[in-house]
Amino acid sequence: MTQKGSGRLLPAWAKTAIGFVLSLALTGLGLLAITFFIGRVVPIDPVLAVVGDRAPPAVYEAAKERMGLNDPLILQFVHYVAGILRGDFGLSVSTQRPVMEDIARYFPATLEMATLGILIGVVIGVPLGALAAARQGSIIDQVIRVIGLAGYAIPAFWLGLVGLVLFYAQLKWVAGPGRIDIFLDGMVPPVTGLLLVDSLIAGDFESFTNAFSHIILPATILGFFSLAYIARMTRSFMLDQLGQEFIITARVKGVPARVIIWRHAFRPIRVQLITVIGLSYAALLEGSVMVETVFSWPGIGNYLTTALLNADMNAVLGGTLVIGAVFIAINKISDALYRILDPRAR
Amino acid sequence: MALLEVENLKVRFPSESGMVEVVKGVSFSLGQERLGIVGESGSGKSMTGRALLGLIPKPGVVTADRMQFDGIDLTRLNERAFRRLRGARLSMILQDPKFSLNPVMTIGEQIGEALAFHGRMSAREQKQRVLKMLEAVRITDPERVYRLYPHEVSGGMGQRVMIAMMAVLEPDLMIADEPTSALDVSVRGQVLEILDDLVQRTGMGLIMISHDLNMVARWCDRILVMFNGRVVETCAAGKLGEATHPYTRGLLASLPRLDETRQTLPVLDRQSLGGL
Ligand SMILES: Nc1ncnc2c1ncn2[C@@H]1O[C@H](COP(=O)(O)OP(=O)(O)OP(=O)(O)O)[C@@H](O)[C@H]1O
Ligand SMILES: [Mg+2]
Repeated sequence: MTQKGSGRLLPAWAKTAIGFVLSLALTGLGLLAITFFIGRVVPIDPVLAVVGDRAPPAVYEAAKERMGLNDPLILQFVHYVAGILRGDFGLSVSTQRPVMEDIARYFPATLEMATLGILIGVVIGVPLGALAAARQGSIIDQVIRVIGLAGYAIPAFWLGLVGLVLFYAQLKWVAGPGRIDIFLDGMVPPVTGLLLVDSLIAGDFESFTNAFSHIILPATILGFFSLAYIARMTRSFMLDQLGQEFIITARVKGVPARVIIWRHAFRPIRVQLITVIGLSYAALLEGSVMVETVFSWPGIGNYLTTALLNADMNAVLGGTLVIGAVFIAINKISDALYRILDPRAR
Repeated sequence: MALLEVENLKVRFPSESGMVEVVKGVSFSLGQERLGIVGESGSGKSMTGRALLGLIPKPGVVTADRMQFDGIDLTRLNERAFRRLRGARLSMILQDPKFSLNPVMTIGEQIGEALAFHGRMSAREQKQRVLKMLEAVRITDPERVYRLYPHEVSGGMGQRVMIAMMAVLEPDLMIADEPTSALDVSVRGQVLEILDDLVQRTGMGLIMISHDLNMVARWCDRILVMFNGRVVETCAAGKLGEATHPYTRGLLASLPRLDETRQTLPVLDRQSLGGL
């Protein structure tokens, strides 16, 4: 009776939604706890960063008291969380701007490049992997195996340099490092921070094509790595499905090969693919440091590297927090899609 | 003319030590009747059935002196022509609905698919045919079952769905490859009854593959006994008692009977069959 009673009190979707929000909040809190903890254990003295290393002990102590560092740890954590919730990540020592402002400036550059990269990876990688599985042992299959291996073996910075030399310096097909040519920089009013989107909003076609010719090479290089991974996984998921009994059932019914591949074998693997794509997307977002460095891309990877080298603790923690939040978000989205797409998980 | 004539059917698979024959020259013919194929695991029953449908997996090779279905030479059919035959005129019920139904397609969609690739009909008409077929396999609320996914139905109902899917186009020949061995004992009888009903109503030929000599003897007109890739005995179901081959005699002897008080069941004496 109690079971049924509570069941009637809340519809199933509401329970799912509440569970979703709760787990999101818990994971977020966990992430905050981790960054807070990192902030306390690294051998960087936040007080020194503010007062300088030649300040007299009295000034040092006063600053420490003012920064709340003499409070009990739990109170410090509460203040930390409250600050984050207000969007206050502290000041960056190296840029002298609020970390929040820096992130709003750098993160969209990374997001834009990674998103284009994952699009390339999915649009090419999924059909390629499916094709390889459908024609196991064929030339296409071999080519995809090689691509998959290359994705493992080739370092991103090397591919970036070769790409720049070939397509920028030699062939002049694309623009060079940076997000946009200097004479166009700052011409597009920022709305989303994504140059391709903002230039379209502003109707500035010149900026759009310029930004596109800047982003296409690094995005393709990122896309190559996700393509290699996605194609490899798609191939192995598809092979698994094509060996199942229900494929024989479909053949007995007289279903053509093309339909067997896309309807019978591909449909069941969509949920697995979502997880793979989510992982790959997260990897591009947090792992684009190499490509960002080679292409002087003003993204979060570059920002984090600089912050780390300067012992800029607030910036490091802020950047880590953002990347962690993105990771959680991608995870939750693929989880939700999973529930929608797999009838067994509903 | 017989519905199906098979002469010297062989199925081989390449292996490290050369070609391995798993079906070693099987011959039989079939009219509008029920033929039972019995034999132990690995004796080549399923491979015989699948060869008839052109469904031997890739490196496998099928040869036959003759494999004729209703005047059509199956040995010379390409995949396209085979596909037109499958589902529509030649069909097969697989063993376990847990694995043989697509987990992410609704039951209605899966049965409808059998119709969709053989001739045109409107979506409405297709749905009506599917619902009627679900009724024919004694599903009482076809509208509801139409929308369910395979994991939402029981094994017995899943197998009835399988039968509906494979019989919806009223094929001339149905191969049932152990249609009840994955099911709970309590629903086996019902599933067999439904199959029997269909065969009687549509007059289709039936090949029933099974381990279960008793069941096959009860449900079929004629019986083939297979052992190690060969047919070792062919007889009318009623004349099973007069079987002469030592393997069949061995099988019969190891069947438990109600009116006896044996302490241990005799097992097959494999030594004496070694030469097969
Ligand atoms: N793809 C394959 N490659 C090689 N050998 C195979 C392959 N598929 C089946 N076989 C072999 O063919 C033989 C006959 O298999 P088959 O499935 O016809 O047996 P069966 O009589 O149906 O047995 P069961 O009662 O267990 O279903 C087996 O020994 C099996 O190992
Ligand atoms: Mg079998």
